[in-house]
Amino acid sequence: MSWLLAFPLLIPFVTAVPCYFYSDRPELSARISIAGSVAALVAALILFFRVSEDGVVAGQMGGWAAPFGITLVADMLSAIMVVITSLTGVAVAIYAQGEIELEQSQLGYHAIFQALLGGVTGAFLTGDIFNLYVWFEVMLIASFGLLIIGGRAEQIDGAVKYVALNLVSTILFLSGIGLLYGVTGTLNMADLNAAVANSEKQGLLTVIAIFFVFAFAMKAAVFPLYSWLPAAYHTPAFAVSAVFAALLTKVGVYSLLRVFTLVFDLEGSFAQGLLLWAAILTMLAGVTGALASTDIRKVLSYQIIASIGSLVLGLAIYSPLAIAGSIFYLIHNVLVKGALFMSAGVMTKLTGESDLRRMGGLYASTPVFAGIFLVAGFTLAGFPPLTGFWAKLMLVQASLEASALIAAAVILFVGLLTIWSICKIWLEGFLTAHADGEAKALHQMGNDRFVLMGPIVGLMVLLILMGLMPNYFIGLAQTASDQLLNPDLYVDTVLGVSQ
Amino acid sequence: MEPLLAILVGVLIAAAIYLMLDRNLLRFLFGLLLISNGANLIIFAAGRTTAGRPPLVPDGADAPIGSVANALPQALVLTAIVIGFGLFAFALVLALRAYDTLGTLDTTEMRLAEPREEEKDT
Repeated sequence: MSWLLAFPLLIPFVTAVPCYFYSDRPELSARISIAGSVAALVAALILFFRVSEDGVVAGQMGGWAAPFGITLVADMLSAIMVVITSLTGVAVAIYAQGEIELEQSQLGYHAIFQALLGGVTGAFLTGDIFNLYVWFEVMLIASFGLLIIGGRAEQIDGAVKYVALNLVSTILFLSGIGLLYGVTGTLNMADLNAAVANSEKQGLLTVIAIFFVFAFAMKAAVFPLYSWLPAAYHTPAFAVSAVFAALLTKVGVYSLLRVFTLVFDLEGSFAQGLLLWAAILTMLAGVTGALASTDIRKVLSYQIIASIGSLVLGLAIYSPLAIAGSIFYLIHNVLVKGALFMSAGVMTKLTGESDLRRMGGLYASTPVFAGIFLVAGFTLAGFPPLTGFWAKLMLVQASLEASALIAAAVILFVGLLTIWSICKIWLEGFLTAHADGEAKALHQMGNDRFVLMGPIVGLMVLLILMGLMPNYFIGLAQTASDQLLNPDLYVDTVLGVSQ
Repeated sequence: MEPLLAILVGVLIAAAIYLMLDRNLLRFLFGLLLISNGANLIIFAAGRTTAGRPPLVPDGADAPIGSVANALPQALVLTAIVIGFGLFAFALVLALRAYDTLGTLDTTEMRLAEPREEEKDT
């Protein structure tokens, strides 16, 4: 049982080792990275299917019994997140083969990339709150490494802001864990469920809950703690931007979902009101920033922030439908953000510019790519029958049922502004002519175009299928939501397993 | 002992925040060092301090005899120290590289990634 949980975690780290040793041969290193990512995806799918049958799968590391040992546990939400993480890993690993040159590979790009995937998978699978901190740090230091590979002045500038703010958030997380341990005496999240509910020091626990809100909100780029994201995400290589955009903030959202359903009860607490207003302001701030920016990756970075707002809103409303909507939105967002950032990379390669006001002429030169980008943009904006529509529908319906009318209005308004933002990208980036040259066509990129366009097309096909047959995925999201809101199965499985 | 530790943590974190609000990147890093030490002391104090009772199991016994110091927070603090020093080492080298590349340690002057409005070319 525990091997099922360990494999998605071990494979990325095991892959990182040969990737590092062969870093002088970027082609080989990239192929090892792709092979490792595919193996991790297979392991993740096996875990997912086992979780679909059994409900919750738990294993104790080192044979130490719960709640003293470290538990690795996969419920439906974790299993879904691990699958989409490894899916994103495969997509970006293939994309990286077309983008990462010798110099970047020699600095260890592929090895650090695999370590990042391992850290993210670990964060999704752990059942111990201090272990969650450790996986956050693994993920963080790997992201530091990826951010500065290349060493351009812009990257160093962005990295300083990113490093500074993220280190503050990890210190807050650590302090919260210390205080929580002091009050409850346990670190295992399943055990914390009972310990926090039965504790007499509810006032202190409210304060500790706010520590965690701040720590995870900063990781998830929630208003007003999101400024590190537009400062840094548009500076590194495109493959790096793509994996950051798809995965890093989602780990913060996952942690909010996990800690505030399992450890702390959000219903009626101070944290719920805080998260609700933070989510609404995040959505508005994100989409406003997207409309105000002109660099293609900055626009997409602000759109990440707007999406994070919707995800946190689903958690804050705290009804089964709202959390299911959040989880479905999470799946859709990881895949579409990866596709959009990779498309931004292709756009920049084809036009030689990254500023939307200077690039252009893409519809004239590559209508196929333009069409693919348009579908991705519409998926994000929420056109039926694409996945964004189903996600927004669930969230709006949940908001109306919970009488959070302002939230519902803001979701719809932000959806409208997102459409405006996508149309701006389309108009300025695709339809108007190039500032001082011609945009290249896809076939002029040579053989690179297959590895660059392949992952984008693959992710879009998945998203279109998901949009046309949403019932299965909405069912998964609802199962995950039920498991989150009624954690008895989780707690019993973790505390009952012996090896 | 814990009230004393709590006051110490308060002083450390206050000093750290004062330093982290500074423009100079190096002062920010000093603040980061202090605040990570403050966080480690929080975990240490959460384990409740005991005088002179190390968590050791005597020869031939299965468990420690009587009440001993809590070993778990010590393990947490060790992990946190190691993680903290790794991250801090990276941050120091990044600050050095920022000084080399950007020519300044003043974070308000570092505006390459997000240029000020007047500096942007239209």
